Amino acid sequence: MFDRRLIQNFDWILLLLLLIVAAISILNLYSATYPIRDVGGSLIFVKQIYWFSIGFIVFLLMTTFNYHLLERFAYPAYFLSIALLIAVLFIGKVTSGSQRWLSMGPVSLQPSELAKVAVLIVLAKFFSENSGFREYRLRDLWQPFVLIGIPSILILKEPDLGTALLLMLVSLSVVLFVKVNWKSLSIFVLSALSVAPFIWFNLKEYQKMRILTFIKPDMDPLGAGYHINQSKIAIGSGQLWGKGFLKGTQTRLNFLPEQHTDFAFSVLAEEWGFFGSVLLILLYMFLILWGLNIAKDSKDKFGSIMAVGVVAIVFWQVAINVGMATGLLPVVGIPLLFFSYGGSSLISSMALMGLLMNISMRRFMFQ
Amino acid sequence: MKTSDFDPISITIFNRQLRNATIVVLAVFGVLILRLWFLQIVNGGMYRTKSEHNRIRLQDVPPFRGMIFDRNGEMLVDNRPSYDLYVIPEGIQDREELIKSLDRLLGLDPKVTEQDLAKASHKLPFTPICLKKDMSRDALAVIETHRFNLPGIMVEVKPQRFYVYKSLASHILGHLGEIGENQLKNGGYPNNKSGDLIGKSGVERKWQSFLNGMRGGEQVEVDAAGRKIRVISKKPAVSGKNVYLTIDKGLQTLAEEALVDKTGAIVAVDPDNGEVLALASSPSFDPNLFVMGIDKATWREISTSGGYPLQNRALTGQCPPGSVFKIIVALAGLEEGVVNPEEEVFCNGVYTLGKHKFRCWKKWGHGNVKLHRALVESCDVYFYTMGKRLGVNKIARYAKMFGLGNRTGFDAGKERGGLIPTSKWKLKRFGVPWQAGETISTSIGQSFVLVTPVQMATLISAVFNGGILYRPKVTKWVGDSQDQRICEFSPEVMGKVEVKQEYLELVKKALIGVVNEPHGTGWRTKLKDITVAGKTGTAQVVKLKKEKELDDAGGVPWKYRDHAWFVAVAPAERPRIALAVVIEHGGHGGSAASPIAKEIIKAYLGVAE
Repeated sequence: MFDRRLIQNFDWILLLLLLIVAAISILNLYSATYPIRDVGGSLIFVKQIYWFSIGFIVFLLMTTFNYHLLERFAYPAYFLSIALLIAVLFIGKVTSGSQRWLSMGPVSLQPSELAKVAVLIVLAKFFSENSGFREYRLRDLWQPFVLIGIPSILILKEPDLGTALLLMLVSLSVVLFVKVNWKSLSIFVLSALSVAPFIWFNLKEYQKMRILTFIKPDMDPLGAGYHINQSKIAIGSGQLWGKGFLKGTQTRLNFLPEQHTDFAFSVLAEEWGFFGSVLLILLYMFLILWGLNIAKDSKDKFGSIMAVGVVAIVFWQVAINVGMATGLLPVVGIPLLFFSYGGSSLISSMALMGLLMNISMRRFMFQ
Repeated sequence: MKTSDFDPISITIFNRQLRNATIVVLAVFGVLILRLWFLQIVNGGMYRTKSEHNRIRLQDVPPFRGMIFDRNGEMLVDNRPSYDLYVIPEGIQDREELIKSLDRLLGLDPKVTEQDLAKASHKLPFTPICLKKDMSRDALAVIETHRFNLPGIMVEVKPQRFYVYKSLASHILGHLGEIGENQLKNGGYPNNKSGDLIGKSGVERKWQSFLNGMRGGEQVEVDAAGRKIRVISKKPAVSGKNVYLTIDKGLQTLAEEALVDKTGAIVAVDPDNGEVLALASSPSFDPNLFVMGIDKATWREISTSGGYPLQNRALTGQCPPGSVFKIIVALAGLEEGVVNPEEEVFCNGVYTLGKHKFRCWKKWGHGNVKLHRALVESCDVYFYTMGKRLGVNKIARYAKMFGLGNRTGFDAGKERGGLIPTSKWKLKRFGVPWQAGETISTSIGQSFVLVTPVQMATLISAVFNGGILYRPKVTKWVGDSQDQRICEFSPEVMGKVEVKQEYLELVKKALIGVVNEPHGTGWRTKLKDITVAGKTGTAQVVKLKKEKELDDAGGVPWKYRDHAWFVAVAPAERPRIALAVVIEHGGHGGSAASPIAKEIIKAYLGVAE
């Protein structure tokens, strides 16, 4: 069953892109957390190296099986992730006001990360099987909407606004990708817009405030407003060539909040300037375009749609995180994948990349 | 062919959609790169300058702690500005020179300054380091005139707790202290962070959540020396709520003056609602000392000196009530029917039970006494006889009816409940049965009986207000101002004494006699225009016999001397004030405690002698 062609078809470009981003990420974390040690006492960039190592193992593991297997396990995986999302609401660990983590012995797990992948697989399965429609109309789409809606609402309950938003954006991207009838799309958008004010007036005052500060960070001068201000100064002051490695004053003097997680990009932009930040952006862009290419080369719809979904995850995370750091978008807690510090999101991202590699490696195979 | 394999039409759609997706991706990334170009190239110079002078930082705006007023609206606790001297390590030009200048101008010990600066090396270079808290106005003037020669130095103004009358009412008001590690963790103080001062005792502790207020903050731009240039945006702090007490500042002052150089406590309440008018405990302390963070020497002095000034004796000072307890035995005897007010008991100075002899305080005895005279002249033998008839458990039942043996639930401060012994209690506590002789000494408020001054004030109030036990309290209401009250505390009845009114009247008449009749033990409290009623008590610290020996050996040492009690109300016909006075090791209640009660009553009712 193991085919020599798998090795021949190994996607070296995808791997190379990932390795370059990983290297830059570790270098950048070294700078961002230069004096800081985490709770365990080890340096954060060292821990990130561990995470990357585990991530690459997960990445390789994800290539060992034929991805069509996932088609069979799509629904069980989906329902398992829903069960975990419900469980986290009851027995999850509360950290800074929200319940996102499920601890099982020594391992902590973020069910929302799992849900992202599960929703992707279910959607890919649904759209690959329902190929009778040339263009989908709204009435054909009620099933995917339910499939997306349930986990989104559960994640919103935690509450994890960022991840819920990401899940919805990624799923909608997939739905749009499979081509929705223009008329249906406009009806959908119009009805969503007409319901919005109704929902707004039914919200409680504190809920309104939360949404308003989300849209207008200035309303929270000590939180989001301050973060954006400092991040813009950090990025802008990098100018063309940057201040140099370990020389970012914004970073050194701790002006940047969350500089190793959500604002890791700002650290890079300060120290490596326009040159460095555009280089990183281009790397992500190549990764995305390469992923679209994999989708194109795939010989079946399931693989193709799943590849598009993975690409959508990368796309939205980069767009939102960089958009936030540069002050184009409101502050949402979405990390830059492969780049921000954090084990859970890194491993789930690497798993997704493994899936992409899996699809890429089997592009010439026929069943 | 599997269903999911591509059909030609799907391939066409997919390829077109992939092309569209590519366009979207290129467009979005184009926008991101344009944005970066705009930030880093177009405005890069401006941001570079900003980052080099980046002095935008977050600054805490601590809330004003709520103020505390007395019942007449007189301010007891305020906040005053404290001028604190800070240095920003990054701004220092010549470290040695700065240390020398500060020594020369302000007399700051170079060694201490050196240490403070050394601590700073672990912090970020823009974090201000406090060199001196609460500078004097003179020091402030010196700094202001020399500020251009002192780069890196700045002065911050912070509100600081200020107890206007220093030690006045310190036990009620309480003191502040730095919030503890556990208190931060357990979530009980959501508006506080490390380093904050919170109420540690008294009203400051009880109403911490009201007084504290909500922290605000500012995004400020500061100059190279760390001085604030402008506020970019801010979230204002919300001041704490004010607390209005039932204390009368004038009366409180008088009560504390009466206790100067003595150890003891005074509790004065309004007998009709339990509002505490004055509550003094001596020795006392100045809560202002705790605001700046108390130094070790002062702390040691306060916490270990013999007087325990932090202890609120009015609530926690437990000692035997002595003859004051006879009020309870008299009422118990009447209600239980073992005492006929007209019955005469012969007192020859000694009561004999088995081999034991129990003495009356009057060596030669009172002769034939009825209930009235027994209370007025505080005849011990009469009450030994009554106590014997009642038994300890009945006495205890009435004592508990008056709230003794339990905490009163006073609203500000730790309290102890005292002790009312029963036969069951003794068996459980010591494993030995109750002795008949112990009933005898219990009936004059000795043996195991322990009470606190606040309980005694409640007791005497109840005798004169028809038997209602009001919970003593010191908080009238909490709010922003007179018109905006958040919560109000109305009188709270915690129990009713089940004794017939006629018996209460008999006892009241006797207590008037204590002060106003020729041989009454409380004669020193007598006032011309106002009828005062009361009861003296002398609580033995050591046994009478021992005391006698000590006396013969040339004076009783202070710590063996008796505690002097006096409880009183005035005017007896319609009491407006009830009070309990205890002077530890003061000697006799009549001579040591009752004159103090007189001064307080005089002042409160505004009468001359």
